[in-house]
Amino acid sequence: MEARKIEFLVGVFVTAAIAAIVFLAMQVANNTDATRGETYTLYAKFDNIGGLKVRSPVKVGGVVVGRVSRITLDREYFEPLVEMRISVDFKGFPDTSSASILTSGLLGEQYIGLEPGFIDEDVFTLEHGDYIYNTNSAIVLENLIGQFLFSQGGD
Amino acid sequence: MIQFFQSIGRNTLDTVRGIGAASIMLAQALIGKPQPVKMFSLLMRQLYVVGVQSMLIILISGLFIGMVLGLQGYTILVDFGAEQALGPMVALSLLRELGPVVTALLFAGRAGSALTAEIGLMRATEQLSSLEMMAVDPLRRVVAPRFWAGFISMPLLAFMFSAVGIYGGYFVGVQWLGVDDGAFWSVMQSSVDWQHDVMNGFIKSVVFAVVVTWIALYKGYTAMPTSPGISAATTQTVVYSSLAVLGLDFVLTALMFG
Amino acid sequence: MDHLVEINDVHFARGNTPIYEGVSLVVPRGKVTAIMGPSGCGKTTLLRLIGGQLKPQSGTVKFAGTNIPDLGRSDLYEARKRMSMLFQSGALFSDMTVFDNVAFPIREHTNLPPNIIATIVKMKLEAVGLRGAGRLFPAQLSGGMARRAALARSIALDPELIMYDEPFAGQDPISMGMLVKLIRELNHTLGLTSIVVSHDIHEVMSIADHVIILANKQVVGQGSPAELEAHGNALVQQFLHGDADGPVPFHYAAQPYHEDLLGGKNA
Repeated sequence: MEARKIEFLVGVFVTAAIAAIVFLAMQVANNTDATRGETYTLYAKFDNIGGLKVRSPVKVGGVVVGRVSRITLDREYFEPLVEMRISVDFKGFPDTSSASILTSGLLGEQYIGLEPGFIDEDVFTLEHGDYIYNTNSAIVLENLIGQFLFSQGGD
Repeated sequence: MIQFFQSIGRNTLDTVRGIGAASIMLAQALIGKPQPVKMFSLLMRQLYVVGVQSMLIILISGLFIGMVLGLQGYTILVDFGAEQALGPMVALSLLRELGPVVTALLFAGRAGSALTAEIGLMRATEQLSSLEMMAVDPLRRVVAPRFWAGFISMPLLAFMFSAVGIYGGYFVGVQWLGVDDGAFWSVMQSSVDWQHDVMNGFIKSVVFAVVVTWIALYKGYTAMPTSPGISAATTQTVVYSSLAVLGLDFVLTALMFG
Repeated sequence: MDHLVEINDVHFARGNTPIYEGVSLVVPRGKVTAIMGPSGCGKTTLLRLIGGQLKPQSGTVKFAGTNIPDLGRSDLYEARKRMSMLFQSGALFSDMTVFDNVAFPIREHTNLPPNIIATIVKMKLEAVGLRGAGRLFPAQLSGGMARRAALARSIALDPELIMYDEPFAGQDPISMGMLVKLIRELNHTLGLTSIVVSHDIHEVMSIADHVIILANKQVVGQGSPAELEAHGNALVQQFLHGDADGPVPFHYAAQPYHEDLLGGKNA
């Protein structure tokens, strides 16, 4: 009787723990991370990456397709070089695609927005290790304000 | 001057000796051919004592800490118009830090001290000696099931703590202060990563489980078999495990998120 | 005579305090051997040496021909299955009933089916007169009952040697009488060898076949009760008659009395 009661309560305990784990998995964490499964790597050079960080998302039209895996400085021209891991589920972007560093909201985190380019017969698709040449850097607020003031002064 | 260095030397030697003795104790308790049938019922009993009996305090503390996080986070974030970031703030602080750490501290106070006192009392009443004389190894019989129970329970308790805490934050933030329901969950979901946040928190609580249970068992096993000895050992369990948890938390955080 | 335990020239020190300096004694098989001596002379330590819970710095402790300190862990555990110890406090497991306590060593070391275990446990409890108390927890027992229950547990596996650590300490005359009767009867009916550590001279002399007196880190007297009564050693005589003063002085070592009083210093 005693042993049965203990087993019952331990069962309740473990069930509660499993419920907590399921809750965390389903409701709290994003388990559908695009970088979970197999990935391929793309590179992009920017003039300025602003507040981009490792693990920042790479999005196509708002859908997360990958994450930034490494940020280094190119040795030759001293340009920031961003390495991205993109899920193999999203393969075959044309090499006319462009990458921009965007901000979600006014104060939100920065991410890479991937804009698929046009597809033509003589357009290749981006493969593992390819570079995206068409890039737009992060908008730095200070520069923007400076430009605005300058253009105001010019009138 | 000589005495000063002597005392440093002695303390160092004592510490090293203690860690060595504790490692030997744990190794003797855990290594050896397993006896699954006997172990199962012993483990069940200890899971009940260590896990089930700590559940209530963990759930209640988790709920309150989550509610406080919701309240504090809201008052700070609303100044920046960023109250939709309340979800990730509550979830990340619970999953990465407060869940594992506070669970470990509460566990040390609730279950760790009880383990020390129980084993110390078994030593004082010669129950451990009598096991030895009955050709039953008290390390395998008494220490091992308690260790595994702590090892299993604490991560589970930490998961419960975080889950209940997030619900507490939701309750205060959304139900009471009027943060948007959808934004709360969706922003949380987009910024909490299973691998990076939930699993790292889990690894932390596994490490804490080993450390806290180990300290509690060792302190009980080596307690002086007198009333002041046992009470000192119980206090030491709580103090040492708390310090070890907080110190290790820094190291682990630096390794994982640094 | 056949000896179950032979201790030869044992030196043992706890930290820097020597407990034994060259102790040699024998425990004859099938008899009740009493070990007596003033408090703090290490009587209990002797039992722990025989049980292998402590190791001497030098000398041999032979149980049934094997030297206990030389045994490895598993051999030691095998040897311990043939002996058992009744602890001063009884050392019953406080989270089990009396029945489960007695059944514990049987469940632990045999694979007998539950109904046979129950039969054995009832027989053992009947032997100590506690068959009706099987459902009680140790906390519900009186001191004497707890000790009898512990005795039932220690004979559960029919050991060859049973060691009693101060079995009479703190017992009222009735439970003392019961324990005396039990120790003697068990020894005779089960063919056990018993070692009784005690300083209740009257009870011990009435049941012991062989008496060993320990004092000053050595064996000062050894023999049958009658032999000891005629022993020439002053310490043995003081101990047997309970004289207040003698080789063991009444006064703890101190500076002369009048100097201490007139000196005016605090102790």
